[in-house]
Amino acid sequence: MKRRDFLKNTAVFVSGASLSLSTLEFLDPRELLASQPSLRWGFLVNTYKCVGCGFCVKACKIENDIPLEANVTRTWVERYVMTKSGETIRDCPQGALNGYTSKLLDENASGMRAVPDEEVAQAFFVPKLCNHCSTPACVQVCPVGATYQTADGAVLVDRKWCIGCGYCIMGCPYGVRFFHPVERVADKCTFCYHRISKGGNTACAQACPFGARQIGNLRDPNDPVAKAVLKERVGVLRSEYGTKPNVYYIGLNEEVR
Amino acid sequence: MVEQVAQMVVHGEAWTIKDLFVLPNEYVYWSIQIVMYPYMTGLVAGAFVLSSLYHVFNVEKLKEIARYALVFSFALLPVAMLPLLLHLQQPLRGIHVMMTPHFTSAISAFGIVFMTYACIVGAEIWFVYRKFFVESLLRLEAKTGRSSFESILKMIYRIIALGARDLSPEALEADHKAVKLLAGIGIPVACFLHGYAGFIFGSVKANALWMTPLMPVIFICSAVVSGIALCIVSYAIFMELRKWAARRGKNFLLPDAVAHGEHVVDVDHLRSVQGHEVTMTAKYLLIFMTLAITLELLDIIFRGYTAVKSWDILRDVIYEHDFVKIFIMQYGIGNILPFLILLLPGLTVRRAVFASLLVLFGVFMMRWNVVIGGQAFSLTFDGFMHYHLPIIPHDIETFKEGLPGALMVITTPFVIFYFLNMIVPAFMEDKNAH
Repeated sequence: MKRRDFLKNTAVFVSGASLSLSTLEFLDPRELLASQPSLRWGFLVNTYKCVGCGFCVKACKIENDIPLEANVTRTWVERYVMTKSGETIRDCPQGALNGYTSKLLDENASGMRAVPDEEVAQAFFVPKLCNHCSTPACVQVCPVGATYQTADGAVLVDRKWCIGCGYCIMGCPYGVRFFHPVERVADKCTFCYHRISKGGNTACAQACPFGARQIGNLRDPNDPVAKAVLKERVGVLRSEYGTKPNVYYIGLNEEVR
Repeated sequence: MVEQVAQMVVHGEAWTIKDLFVLPNEYVYWSIQIVMYPYMTGLVAGAFVLSSLYHVFNVEKLKEIARYALVFSFALLPVAMLPLLLHLQQPLRGIHVMMTPHFTSAISAFGIVFMTYACIVGAEIWFVYRKFFVESLLRLEAKTGRSSFESILKMIYRIIALGARDLSPEALEADHKAVKLLAGIGIPVACFLHGYAGFIFGSVKANALWMTPLMPVIFICSAVVSGIALCIVSYAIFMELRKWAARRGKNFLLPDAVAHGEHVVDVDHLRSVQGHEVTMTAKYLLIFMTLAITLELLDIIFRGYTAVKSWDILRDVIYEHDFVKIFIMQYGIGNILPFLILLLPGLTVRRAVFASLLVLFGVFMMRWNVVIGGQAFSLTFDGFMHYHLPIIPHDIETFKEGLPGALMVITTPFVIFYFLNMIVPAFMEDKNAH
């Protein structure tokens, strides 16, 4: 056989064989389960209950090895002060790690700002964390697939594979991602996946003294979170980005973005 | 442990100043190296498009500068990747982009697009210089008593000649056809390479300034502009430098003479950059500049007119915080001024070089205003972030993502170009060459 013919025949054989083999689909039991999952993690935040103590932030940082002094955090609490003249002032010093103990609002480079009590129309706190979106922008933009979504809906980062390009940080409309100061890879809230997948609670929800935070299974009709999402008037953050977030808020204001 | 923790600075904190309400994790994560990335890619693509004008469209007047632009484009090529590597938090894992590309990501195709483009430019250079490779190889092989440098050179030529030693007129004609074909394919690929860099930014839906379908087109136009401008500037400077060096016998400045002996540089016939080359090139520069400016202004006008939710903060950034950078430095000094200088009648080489320098500055400012400007405001639309370029580094991070890192990226192509000239003389004048 001539070399040319040999190469030709090999090419025909390989392409023919791979085509017919590709019709045989290997079924993975895990894949089957994922196509009809009975579990979808969701989160419920009741902003009426939050007092801005920052216990959740501290608990999260300790549980997940995010250095306390580093100015990044997987979860944080924002303070909103609305004045009678219609102005909204927001602040979030150090992610509220140490709680809100002063009435002064931290405006970063613009300094501290005092709002007299009689001018305040309403004020409240809003805890934030990763929304574990159903169509996460961060997973879409990761160039190496280091960020992925589990079958039960959690969005996680593979620390051994992340190249640290920061595209996911840029892609997230909620600003929940950051570079871990020690690991030097992208980092974010995991819903404490290591705990919840063993039947535990998230560190933040466990630390919250007022029950403002709750994790649950959105597919289970008897789950308190799923019930609240069904029966209460809840909202999600920035739905205009089409990410379909799974953190629901009770008492969400238009001013909260 | 406690003390160590107390000083922990997270990535981005060293050069970001926050103002008003900014989310705790928000910093200027994409800094100077991501400004350099589209800038360098743009130069690569632009220089290649310039060289293709001669090869594909037979603009005869651009013959010499076209060959120079081609080799220079090749020297710029590896540097397009350098800023990305310097920016990665895990540079050693950069290869993952090629090994496990995740194709829903705009960055993942980078490896493929980049390698395709590199192959095209490399192949085109090979066909343009094949005759020279073979002649040099034959000359070196015939020579007795080679120095070790010449032996290395001979080995290099032997490898890159790939055994194709046929110099018959038919073979050279085939080379010529191949060059034309490659240059033709190269134009869309070069545009894709850079338009795709624009897509990386334009597709970030979370960023109100970046997200526009115009971004890739704007990037392509400004890429061609900057590439042509750099070719004008560097070509004129190198020609003068070579004349000066040849007259004074400073051969170390003439890499082709270092490699092939002084006879390859004909001191009496070393010419300056020709007026017609510059005026011709400047004409193309003007065309692409008009396109680039039109698109950029269209983008701003459209945003202002539609005035969606994000416009409030964008207006603050564009008209207040970055006013000097956008309207004075980018549009004024970088666009309008060189535009007028190039349009005034009686264009001299010196004037064209000056205008091109301004254009280069303008395009750099455009990249800056897109990349840094896009991170100048918070996702909450309620606060700002100011970027301060680290000038004197105090750790590896401020070195990589500071002025020294940027200067390293700018100077590297010239170093590569110097050594590349020993093997592929960009300034070779050959009546029979392509």
